[in-house]
Amino acid sequence: MSKTIYMDNNATTMVAPEVFEEMRPYFCELYGNPSSMHSFGGQVGQVVEEARLRVARLINAEPEEIIFTSCGTESDSTAIFSALQSKPEKRHVVISRVEHPAVKNLCENLDNLTGHKHKVTQLPVDEEGMLDMEQYRESLSDDTAVVSMMWANNETGVLFPIAEMAAIARERGILFHTDAVQAVGKIPIDVKKLAMDFLSISGHKLHAPKGTGVLYVRKGTPFAPFLIGGHQEQGRRGGTENVTSIIGLGKACVLAGHYMQKENSTVRLLRDKLEQGLLATIPNAMRNGHKTERLPNTANISFEYVEGEAILLHLDRFGICASSGSACTSGSLEPSHVLRAMGVPFTAAHGSIRFSLSVYNTEDEVDYVLEKLPPIIADLRQMSPFWEDRAKIAGGGSCGSCSCQK
Amino acid sequence: MWEYTDKVKEHFLNPRNVGEIADADGVGEVGSLSCGDALKLSFKLGEDGRIADAKFKTFGCASAIAASSALTIMLIGRTLEEALEITNEDIAQFLGGLPKEKMHCSVLGREALEAAIADYRGVALPMAEGEVVCECFGVTDIEVKRAILENDLHTVEDVTNFTKAGGGCGKCHDRLKVLIYEAREEKAPQPIPMSGPKRMTTIQKIKKIEEVLEREIRPALKKDGGDIELIDVDGNFVIVSLRGSCSSCAKSQTTLKEYVEKKLREQVLDTLVVEEGK
Repeated sequence: MSKTIYMDNNATTMVAPEVFEEMRPYFCELYGNPSSMHSFGGQVGQVVEEARLRVARLINAEPEEIIFTSCGTESDSTAIFSALQSKPEKRHVVISRVEHPAVKNLCENLDNLTGHKHKVTQLPVDEEGMLDMEQYRESLSDDTAVVSMMWANNETGVLFPIAEMAAIARERGILFHTDAVQAVGKIPIDVKKLAMDFLSISGHKLHAPKGTGVLYVRKGTPFAPFLIGGHQEQGRRGGTENVTSIIGLGKACVLAGHYMQKENSTVRLLRDKLEQGLLATIPNAMRNGHKTERLPNTANISFEYVEGEAILLHLDRFGICASSGSACTSGSLEPSHVLRAMGVPFTAAHGSIRFSLSVYNTEDEVDYVLEKLPPIIADLRQMSPFWEDRAKIAGGGSCGSCSCQK
Repeated sequence: MWEYTDKVKEHFLNPRNVGEIADADGVGEVGSLSCGDALKLSFKLGEDGRIADAKFKTFGCASAIAASSALTIMLIGRTLEEALEITNEDIAQFLGGLPKEKMHCSVLGREALEAAIADYRGVALPMAEGEVVCECFGVTDIEVKRAILENDLHTVEDVTNFTKAGGGCGKCHDRLKVLIYEAREEKAPQPIPMSGPKRMTTIQKIKKIEEVLEREIRPALKKDGGDIELIDVDGNFVIVSLRGSCSSCAKSQTTLKEYVEKKLREQVLDTLVVEEGK
């Protein structure tokens, strides 16, 4: 059994074969530096510009609004530091409690990093992972420099109402950044219809290679570079371009546009089949995150009374790749900050599993997971000291028989 | 991904002695759902006074399950006195070692064993009588000190790896440092010179800052027709307000950072940051 069933696409994705082919000539043959004066390098510069255009088209931006970076994290840091530098008199930042560490840990350490005292508001979410828009409005003040909100949550896939939130920030003259690394390529985005100033993209989340990212900066938004060096990216990001990966990202954006329909139909149906199948066959299982306001590819399910790492290692034996919000998988001792912010009980948070699909998954693969996972959960529950007690606490009835199903 | 030994993997995938003994002589339950791992151990004594059977039920990660399985194998055939000699290190060694972040799984096994034997003897566990140090994971000072001594732990991170204490909100880190110091001092009672970064309470900081402002900084600023006032001290941030000619001076930021902050760092605490209040 050497087959790999990859359902961890929110962690990283396969480089699409077409993307790899597009990149191939630029390693050993056309390896020039785009900044060189000779045409050997110059021709590469033209291809980089073509890639920029392709990325811009996916989100309906202008090519000059696209800055290539090394990853989503660099894009996030660049946006937030740039916003703070352009509004030096303002010391308030608004984020959510469920942001990716790239934003959350950065904002929690702003005081040490900038040498200035900042106030950071972390907006709570409800049990479905959604924000209270009234609370968002109230959190903004004249001292607010920037709002940074993820478009789609990496763990649950929950979507924030970014269009509305950006418009509210704009009304108040506050800069708005969205970490859209999980959203770009999965849902249609048109920056011309939106009021945000910055948007972060990560290449390896949409079938381009690791080590490349994008920061969209709206024309007219004040900008201060994060990496200072040469004149690359029009002086907005020093450092020689990761040419091959940028070319790959350009191609990946073309493919993402092409597959957008499929992502929101075929992939969504596969995800729904997987999720509904697991919830129907496994007792004491629940979905984490809003049912509809969510990415089409992500299913986050908690299996009560069992621990996530144990589930993952059993799945691993069958070549099934997923991830967990359990404490043990992260090396920390507490379960995922996202699930805790949503108030998911500990009985469930430790046993949460995230499946994130892509256009490369098949129905056979979904069926295989539906066949393999229920017995794994049942076995681990037989071993769990809480499982039988739960039946006792539940007081018999239909639940009382659940534990005997195996 | 964790680097588990083959033996850990083997005991995780094929755990031995899973279950509960119906008419057990002793049952020990440790851990909880909220902590992320829990172990229920039961044993039955034979007529020769040796452990004839041992079974476990575990909620937890691969290493918690493997450690439980290993523990039951090690127990069977031992007298209670011999069983109590099993340390968490023995359990880890039986499995060919555990990742250091997972050492608490072996501690969990040892604790369950002690709880089960205490249950058989009808005595209370000494650990439960200690004072809870880590609220997140309910770890007492007795447990922490014991882990420090038995496993020769030096840092808060070590303590967290072995007992989980300090792995949550982090509020108990200072208390853990004191416990490490105390435990190690009790073990080797030579005088240990006080070292490490200076710690001051906010009140101490305010008093000291006021003193330096009064003695050195204010007289210097007054020579140029300026003045300074302390507004607030919040952690390492010292909020001040510049008065007189300083307040309109273009170089006031330089004065604040290069002079005031430097002086305060030299004479009060080298981590202070001076900011101007609005």
